[in-house]
Parts: sequence; C-alpha cells; structure tokens
Amino acid sequence: MEEKLLFELDSVYRDNMRIKGFSFGKGEKSVCIVGATRGNEVQQVYICSQLIKIFRYLEKQGKIKENKSIMVVPTVNSYSMNIAKRFWSTDNTDINRMFPGYNLGETTQRIAAGVFENVNDYEYGIQFTSFYMQGSFIPHVRMMKTGFENVELAKDFGLPYVFRREARPYDTTTLNYNWQLWETKAFSLYTNATDTIDVASAREAINAVLSFLNKNEIIEYRCHQGYVSQFIEGHTLVNVKSNVSGIFIRYKDVNSRVKKGDILAEIIDPYTGMPVDTVKSPVNGIVFFHADQPVIYSQAPLYRIIPTDDLY
Amino acid sequence: MIQTIASVGLPIDETLMINKNRLIPQSGLNGNEKRISIVTGTHGDELEGQYVCFELQRRIKENYSSLKGIVDVYPALNPLGIDSITRGIPAFDLDMNRIFPGSENGSMPEYIASKIIGDLSGSDVVIDIHASNIFLKEIPQVRINELSRDVLVPYAKLINVDYIWIHSSATVLESTLAYSLNSIGTPTLVVEMGVGMRITKNYGDQLVDGIFTLMKELGIWSGETVTPKTPIISEDGEVSFINAGSSGVFLPSVEHWKNVKKGDCIGKILNPLTGEVNETIFSQTDGIVFTLREYPIVSEGSLIARILA
Ligand SMILES: [Zn+2]
Repeated sequence: MEEKLLFELDSVYRDNMRIKGFSFGKGEKSVCIVGATRGNEVQQVYICSQLIKIFRYLEKQGKIKENKSIMVVPTVNSYSMNIAKRFWSTDNTDINRMFPGYNLGETTQRIAAGVFENVNDYEYGIQFTSFYMQGSFIPHVRMMKTGFENVELAKDFGLPYVFRREARPYDTTTLNYNWQLWETKAFSLYTNATDTIDVASAREAINAVLSFLNKNEIIEYRCHQGYVSQFIEGHTLVNVKSNVSGIFIRYKDVNSRVKKGDILAEIIDPYTGMPVDTVKSPVNGIVFFHADQPVIYSQAPLYRIIPTDDLY
Repeated sequence: MIQTIASVGLPIDETLMINKNRLIPQSGLNGNEKRISIVTGTHGDELEGQYVCFELQRRIKENYSSLKGIVDVYPALNPLGIDSITRGIPAFDLDMNRIFPGSENGSMPEYIASKIIGDLSGSDVVIDIHASNIFLKEIPQVRINELSRDVLVPYAKLINVDYIWIHSSATVLESTLAYSLNSIGTPTLVVEMGVGMRITKNYGDQLVDGIFTLMKELGIWSGETVTPKTPIISEDGEVSFINAGSSGVFLPSVEHWKNVKKGDCIGKILNPLTGEVNETIFSQTDGIVFTLREYPIVSEGSLIARILA
C-alpha cells in the first residue's frame, strides 16, 4: 500500500485539509474509487475504509494482478465532515459540482482540480455518492446518458439494478460526468445509507466492487458473483407523491413488491392525528426509492416504483 | 393586486407562497399593454433587490397616471431562504438558480420553478436582480450570456448600470432562470450589484432610475426619466481574476470601482496568529476594480477581485 497526498489546503484557523489516495498494485492505472465528496457521506467513507483494508490484504497475498493498480480516495471533503456540514465549510458549494475543477479558481474548484488530475487517467472510475433528497434506494449502479456510458459493463457489479437517466445541465460538473469525458468508464454506486453506517448495505457495495474487479481481471478474488442486474431507465419509473403536507407514516420498504391499490403511506394531520391522505400504489411493481423524512411538504416525491406485470 | 403564483403546503400549519404584485394603468387594460417583470430573491442572502422592488412601486404610485403598461413585481422567489438567511432553498440545500425550468411533477423546488417560469413567460422584459453573495461586492452590472447578446444588450444599455459583462456560455448555466426564460423567447436581464446580506441604497436608486428609462422605451411609463449612464461593455478576455494564494484575513488597500495600475497593491492577507503578512496581492493589469472581496476571511482560491482591463 502506498499512501499519497493528492492535495493539501492550508488554513490559518484549522489544521490543513489533506486529501489522500491509497494505492495498491503496480503498473497500469486500472481503477480509482472515490468516496465522500460531501460532509455527510459517512457510509461512503466507511465503505472505502473497508476496501482499503481488503486491498492491503490482497496485495500482500499477491492477488492484485500483474501490471494493475488500484487507488482509493476515501474522502475529498474531510473539512465539511469534521464540522457536520454537507457542503463546503465556508461558501456551501458542492465539490461534486466543481469538476473538472480549475487550479487557479475558487477554493472548491482548486480542490476538484487537485483531485481530478490524480484520478482522471484510470480505466475505471467508481464513485460512492448520495442523493439530494433524504431517502433509501435499492442498491444500484447509477449512470447518466452521456453517450459514453456502458450498461453491459455496469452489470458486472452484480447489483440488483443498473439505472440510467438523462443528463441534466448541472450534471456536467460532477466527477462521474467528467470521468466519462476523459474516457474513464465511470460508475456511481448507491447504497441505502448516507449519514449513518449500515454495515449490511456496505457489505453489499464492497462485494459488488470486488466482484467487478474480479470479473474484469484486476484482482483475484472468489466471492458471490451478485445478481443478474436488471437495466432500468429513469423515465420508466412511476413517481408517487401526496398532494398534502403533514406527518409521513411509511408502510413499505425498498424492494417491497406492491400491487396496484396497496397502501404505501398515510399522511397525518400534525395537530389532530387524523389521516389527511392515504397514498396508494398506482401500479403493480417494486419499490425502488422511498423518502424517509418524518414530515413532508405537499407535492413531495414519496416513492419511485419499478412497474411490473406481477399477477400474484 | 397581489397574486399567489405557486403555493406548497409545509408540514405544520403553514403554506409557502410565491407572491407577486401586479400594477396596471388606472384606466384599466386594453389588452395591448407591454409587461415588465421585476424578480429577485432567488438567493435568500441577496437583498439588494428588496429595496428596488419597494422603491420602484413607491415611485409608480406617486405618479400613477404615467403608468401605461403592466409592472409585475416578484420580490421573493425563495421566500423561505430570505426569511431564514439561507442562500439556497432551506431543507433541500439546493441552489434555486440551478433547477430551472423545473417540472410540474418534481419535488417542491422543481414544482415552484416550473410555476415561476410559467408566470414570467410572455413578459416583454424580465429583470432578475441578484446581489453577488456575502463574499464579494459588485458594481451595478448586467451579465449577459453571449448567446443572447443581440437581444439583450440594447435593453441592458437602458437600465443605467455601470457595466455590461458578456460572458461565454457554459452548460451548467443552462439551468438558471435567465437562461430558461431567454431560451423560450422571454428577454431576461440578470443584474448583479452590491453585496449579500446588505442593501446599498444608492445602487438601488440608480437601478430604479434605469428601470423607468427602460419602461419608457417599452411604452410602459410616460413620466420623466433620466438619461442612462453609458455602460462599459466587455467580454471575458478583458476581465482578470485575482484569487487568494494563501489563507488568512484579507484587508484591501484599493477602493471598489476605482482605477488601478499594473503592480499596484490590491491588499494583504494577514495572519492574526503570527502577526505576519501571508501574502501581498498586486494587480496584474491596468484597469478598474469592479468586484472586490468584502468578507475578510479567505482561504486559498477565494476570489479577491475582478479587474476590467
Ligand atoms: Zn444570486
């Protein structure tokens, strides 16, 4: 294992911020794994720390293939995590909206540039990231339609789903998008925790990465090969929302199979306790995402369902 | 007439409302009037536009018979942000100016964004007033995406600002309010002036003078107006950026909107722990300082000044 200082930010009031990469194996830059870009992504840091532990062991055992190297960057934003903020400590900008960065620009542009110049020439790029809304997903590989994305390769992670959606203007400054522009095959992995550590879900993500690296001949590692991933396009999911606000009592978890008309949630009046809305599934399907805030706004997206033809 | 253009129920006994006030001629409408829309408060920490909204209406009401068209005033596109001193949309931590044109079926911010676009579209001109942020002070200026320069520069010249900055287009900016409106044929000027969390009254007065000049040109106003300032017009290549090379406390040694010469000291970055000067910052060019750091604490990369050559 080699520990590398990728970028250091000086500070007058705090210890310097150090962004570190941990690399394993020698030769060809095969895969780079990036964890937290935001201060609340603790699950992402945990997953990377476990991967570092495993790669260290595999390296000693000689199980990283010849002429292959792996780098893990657990976090690019320790400053925000250390003060319990999601975005950048001073100006609240999002480092994952600053790529490819600019080394003469603003602080977070410089951080992004410092990171990107160290991670942009790998064959594969894997990012653990989180969604802007509070909620849980079925673990999946998420991709944007950029023209460079490779759905078949994404299935090598063996996660239940490979999810693709249209790229929007603000996506063009994410790490994933810029990796793809620089011809790295990039994947974002979503698990169902961010602010908390969910060991079972982390294990699934770790297994997915190891299985992917094994299938692509970067490491030698026997493990569960995962599932036959199902490919879904974002626009085919059915969104379920409530027209009223209130206390959100949720009845279904991710991965639940639901039938048309099943009760997914109730919205309760916060003063009287009376149900003001019963949220029902408009289709047969599988719960892909659910919100998990205790109280909700009207119009808030509560569930996303993968429609199925289930007859029983 | 106050109208609510979008509303969303909040969890406990509160409704979020995006309100506008519509002023129309005393004689009523004949259907052929031009319409100008003044919008502000997308970023909850930018308050310069609040005074403009007030002062514009105060002057119209003082001379109501000169109003010949429709004036729509939207003081708070992000009212929860303004009320809670939050730049983005509270609870979502989302920059509202990165979600346009929004979507009717999306989450609360996207839903509101789509309602705002729907209501503003069809205006003859929209003026979207921003106030930099808490970190930087800006001279009254209009920023124009090069894609819409032909349409917008003539309007921008009327509104009595000091400076028009024509910048290159970037994909990420396609989700701003102004881009969305300009792309559907509703001409929208972005004004930047002053500094976040403060009101600079003379800048507000200057812009209100200019809005009346533009309204007169559009046939919305028949009263007296000023002759607008002739703004400096520039493109990206003429703007030089100065960023901090180290962290500490920035103390400027130049004044905002004053000329500097190449080699002049712009300011110093001080270290309060050691008593040392961490960095002395010099201008790389002759020019005028149109953006100047206002917030003293800086880290490596913080923008210190922009200078127009
Ligand atoms: Zn703004």
